[in-house]
Amino acid sequence: MEGRRLASASAIVALPRSERAGTALSLGFVTTYLSVIVALPIAALVWAARADGLSQFWFWVSQPEAVAALKLTLAVAALVALTNAVFGTLLAWVLVRDDFRGKPLVNAVIDLPFALPTIVAGLLVLALYGPDSPVHVHAAFTRTAIYLALLFVTLPFVVRTVQPVLYELDTDMEEAARSLGAREVVVFVRIVLPSILPGILSGVAMAFARAVGEIGAITLISGDRPFHTEVASVWILNASQSGNGTGAAAVAVLLLAIAFAVLLGVGGLRFFATRHERA
Amino acid sequence: MRRLSLRFAAFGYLLVILLGPLAMLFWRIWAEGLGKAWSALIDADTVHAFKLTLEVASIAVPLNTIFGIVVGLAVVRRRFPGKGVVNAFVDLPLALSPVVVGLSLFLLFGRTGWFGPWFTAHGIQVLFALPAIVLVTVFVSVPYVAREVIPTLRELGEEQEQAAHTLGASGWQAFWRITLPSIRWAVIYGVVVTTARCLGEYGAVAVVSGSISGRTETATLRVQDYYENLDQAGAYGVALMLGLIAIVVLVLMTAFRPKDGAVR
Repeated sequence: MEGRRLASASAIVALPRSERAGTALSLGFVTTYLSVIVALPIAALVWAARADGLSQFWFWVSQPEAVAALKLTLAVAALVALTNAVFGTLLAWVLVRDDFRGKPLVNAVIDLPFALPTIVAGLLVLALYGPDSPVHVHAAFTRTAIYLALLFVTLPFVVRTVQPVLYELDTDMEEAARSLGAREVVVFVRIVLPSILPGILSGVAMAFARAVGEIGAITLISGDRPFHTEVASVWILNASQSGNGTGAAAVAVLLLAIAFAVLLGVGGLRFFATRHERA
Repeated sequence: MRRLSLRFAAFGYLLVILLGPLAMLFWRIWAEGLGKAWSALIDADTVHAFKLTLEVASIAVPLNTIFGIVVGLAVVRRRFPGKGVVNAFVDLPLALSPVVVGLSLFLLFGRTGWFGPWFTAHGIQVLFALPAIVLVTVFVSVPYVAREVIPTLRELGEEQEQAAHTLGASGWQAFWRITLPSIRWAVIYGVVVTTARCLGEYGAVAVVSGSISGRTETATLRVQDYYENLDQAGAYGVALMLGLIAIVVLVLMTAFRPKDGAVR
């Protein structure tokens, strides 16, 4: 350890001048790129939201139609995240602990929602659960349809955060618990769940954020009926297209705040989950 | 027995949520008639939409690949103030609604935006044209290469690079000879995911492009256009093309997936 520290210390001393210039260059590039591509547009959004004064901001975010859209968005997204917490954990468990033919294929299919354009996902959910549905489920233009489409696009998140943790998990403790007579449910709740909980939570947080912001999968399916199936992202799109930039920006700033809150939460979880590695 | 019931519950969920809808893609194409889907695909405006989508991706993907590698190296190998802010902005597009991204660009380059008047005065059209479509696509696909490169670089450590420096290699030589070959699979995986995201983007592009057929309509907007004009066969035709691309992407993702050993 001491030797390694010395070696890296000497490397810093021996850092050639071109290397230091390289550091400055790469930091300059990163800062400029992020400013132009991400930060400036975000700043313009926040600026536009407060341009007509704080009272206008509150006026727009407390409009009944906007409030209804926000409530629906948060409720559906929470329900979607919870559903995928359960089934995502189940899928991860089956992929790691179970053994069956075609497992690599099932594992590959999990990523389909990341590969498929979301508008196609919406179209396909509508094809199966919409008018002339082959399974006779007519959910088109209902909240159920929004729920189903969002389940599709957020399916991989929990699976992909839980799977690696579950794979690394030693089964010794579970065996010990079983040999002491613990039931399977107890083994799962007391031994497996505490280890995979940070993974589940960060998957849930990302799925929630994605569900809050999703539009492609919803646009064809929801029929955007105000107060009924109009979600926040669709409300923003409609407002901006009807020339209400301030109103759209005001609600968009709320979604921006939710996005930052989720990222902060996930960062905190990562910090918590790796506390033993840092110590 | 319990194992079997868990397995079937998991498969059942996949079937209801994922595979059922996917099967509908092929089923509906078959029911509507292949000929109609094909004629929608060779329609001049559809061809233009796919060309535009590829053009946008061919700009956004290389930009975000270079950025992803540079920011990955900076975050993992360097100490600098504001690293947390850089990380937050790189991750932001993962959590932010694409509509908000589109709206932000719309406000920045609109008539009353900070940059709008300047570009208008110089005769450069940004909104409802290629530049805005490229900008929003670059925004939404910023994180994907960086998110693959960062953990790979962490795991790699810097002993090899330091050894190269000790032996007199320049920073540039060490990067090309040591670092880049070590992270190449992570970069390729990131490029595949970035490409999929660029080809499939809808929400952000919908706000800034104006969706003008044959001019600013991308492939995903074309699906909506057909669907809203009650041309189901057309919508499924374009969707089939996008679906086939997604399957290729899925195969590539599986081939280049970082080996975390989760499935053998």
